[in-house]
Amino acid sequence: MSSHPTTYVPKSAAAKWLESRLPIIGLVHSSFVAFPVPRNLTYFWTFGAILMVMLIIQLVTGIVLAMHYTAHADYAFTSVEHIMRNVEYGWLLRYMHANGASFFFIAVYIHIFRGLFYGSYKAPREVLWILGVIILLLMMATAFMGYVLPWGQMSFWGATVITNLFSVIPLVGDTIVSFLWGGYSVGNPTLNRFFSLHYLLPFMILGVAMLHVWALHVPGNNNPTGVPIKSGKDAVPFHPYMTVKDTFSIVCFLAVFAWFVFYLPNYLGHADNYVPANPAVTPAHIVPEWYFLPFYAILRAVPDALFGVILMFASIAVLAFLPWLDTSKVRSGSYRPIFRVLFWAFVVTCLVLGWLGSRPAEGIYVILAQIFTVLYFAYFLIAMPLLGLLEKPLPLPNSITEAVLGKKQASGSGMPVGAAAEPQSKG
Amino acid sequence: MAQTTAAQEPTRRDFLFLATGAMGAVGVAAAAWPFIAQLAPDAQTVAAGAPVEVDLTPIAEGQIVKLFWRGALIFVRNRTPAEIEAARATPLDDLKDPEPDQARVMEGRENWLIIFGNCTHLGCVPLDFQGQYGGWFCPCHGSVFDTSGRIRSGPAPINLPVPPYRFVDDGRIVIGETA
Repeated sequence: MSSHPTTYVPKSAAAKWLESRLPIIGLVHSSFVAFPVPRNLTYFWTFGAILMVMLIIQLVTGIVLAMHYTAHADYAFTSVEHIMRNVEYGWLLRYMHANGASFFFIAVYIHIFRGLFYGSYKAPREVLWILGVIILLLMMATAFMGYVLPWGQMSFWGATVITNLFSVIPLVGDTIVSFLWGGYSVGNPTLNRFFSLHYLLPFMILGVAMLHVWALHVPGNNNPTGVPIKSGKDAVPFHPYMTVKDTFSIVCFLAVFAWFVFYLPNYLGHADNYVPANPAVTPAHIVPEWYFLPFYAILRAVPDALFGVILMFASIAVLAFLPWLDTSKVRSGSYRPIFRVLFWAFVVTCLVLGWLGSRPAEGIYVILAQIFTVLYFAYFLIAMPLLGLLEKPLPLPNSITEAVLGKKQASGSGMPVGAAAEPQSKG
Repeated sequence: MAQTTAAQEPTRRDFLFLATGAMGAVGVAAAAWPFIAQLAPDAQTVAAGAPVEVDLTPIAEGQIVKLFWRGALIFVRNRTPAEIEAARATPLDDLKDPEPDQARVMEGRENWLIIFGNCTHLGCVPLDFQGQYGGWFCPCHGSVFDTSGRIRSGPAPINLPVPPYRFVDDGRIVIGETA
C-alpha cells in the first residue's frame, strides 16, 4: 500500500511459499510495521486508528443486531424492544451500536479538525482529503438511515424531513421523493430500503477507508510542523512507535465510550424515539442527532427552502475544495499566527451552529444561525484564499528533528548542520 | 505487447468496437431500468391510494379533523364565519404564494377547507389553531399558515395544497376524485 518497496523477508517455508504467490505479508509489513512515520506525531494522529476500530465495532454489532431486527413498519419498533428485553445481551449490543455511531462522529470530527489545523489537506494530500470527505458523506447517510430503523417518532419525522429535502428540486423533486419513499409518504417500503442501504453503506465506507489509507501511505503522514520527512532522523517505524501510541489512544477512547454505553446509554439520544412512529403527530421539537446539528442550523437559517438545502449540502461540499481555496504554502497552523486565531474562531462557529441547530427555529436563533452560517462559509471562501496572500508566516524549522530537539542537537554534538553522517533510515 | 498500428481505413476491429460499444450501452441502460423502476410506489401502495369518502356531518363548526389519503395526512376544517372572513380580508399582496381563499374552497361551501396536512417545507405536521393567524404553526421550522392554509411566514415555499375532492352531497366528500 505504499510506494516504499517492502523490506520484509519471509523466514518460514510457509511464509516464503505464500509471499511468492500473494505478497500480502510484505504489504502489511511495509504498511503497518516498517512504514516510516514522522517522529513528532501527537495523539491527534491516533484518530485514524480509533476510527478504524469504531467502524469495526459498528460492523460487528450491526450485523448481529440485524439477526434480531425486523425491517417492517409494523414490527420494527417492537423488534428493537425485543432486542432490548429478550435477546441475551441485546441491550448491550444495541447501546454499543447507537452510542458507537455518536463516538464514530466524535472521532471523525476531531480527525477532520486536526487535518484543518495542520493543513493535512494541502498538496500532495488532496486526494486523501477528498476521499475523507466522501467517507464523511457516506457516514452521514449511514447514520441517518440507521436512526430511521427503530421506527420511533424521531425516526419517522427525521426521515420525513430529510427525504423532503429532495422535494425542493425544481420539476422532478416530487417524483424523486416518491421514488425515495416507494409511496406517497414515508412508510414500510421506505423502512425496508433504508435497512438494505444501511447494511450496504458501511462496507462502502470500509472500501473508501482502504483507499484513504492507500492515499495516505503514498505521501506519508503530515505532522505538527507540516514539514515533510527529509531524512531518516525525522522518522520512526510504525511499529512499535505508532502501534503502541494508537493502541493506548484506542483504549482511552473506548473507556469513555464504555462509560456512555453503561452509564449514559440514552444521553445522546432523544426520548421521543421511544414513542412509536405516528404519521399524524409531529413531535413538538424535531432535532436530528447531535452530529447533524450544525448542518441542520444552516438548513434552517435560510428562509427559502431550495436555497437552504443547497447551502446545507454546500457546507460539506466546500470541504472538498479546501485544498485549492487555501492559498498558503505553509501547512501547519502552528506557523501561521492569523490562521491560528481564525481556525479557533471556526471551531467556535461550528459549535455555536450545533447549539443553534438544537434550538427552536424562531426569533433570535434564526438571526444568529444566519450570522454564523455566513461566518462558516467565510472561513472557506474568504479567509482561506486571502490569508495565504496577506499573512506573514513564522519561520519554519529546517526539519522535523530540528523542531523536536532544537537546532543544536538536531545537527549533532556541536557539528555544523549536515556535517554529520546520516544515520541509517529505519523506514 | 504488440503495437497497434493506425490503419488508413476503418478495420473490422473498429467496426466491432463501435458496434459492441453501442450495443453494450443500450444493454446497460436497459438493465438499469428495472433497478430504478422498482423504487417507484408499488402496485399495492398505488391500490391503497384509492379515493376515500368522508362523512362531514359529525365535524362541528370550528373543528379540524385529520385523516389519511394515500398515506398522506389531510386536514378537514369546518371554518367559522370569522375564520372565513379573516382569510378573505387578507390582501393578496401580503401572501408569499398569492391565492385567494375562494380558489381554495368550493363555492357555496366556503366553511369546508380540505388541505394536505404536511408542511410544504419539509413535511412536518403543523399544529392546529396556532400561530398569529389562527391557522397552523409548524413546530419544526416555524412556518405559519392562516385559516385558508396559506403560508404567511417561515420557510415553507407554497400554501398547503388542496387535494382533489368532490362533494357527493352536503354531508359527504370523496377525496381523490374530482367533480
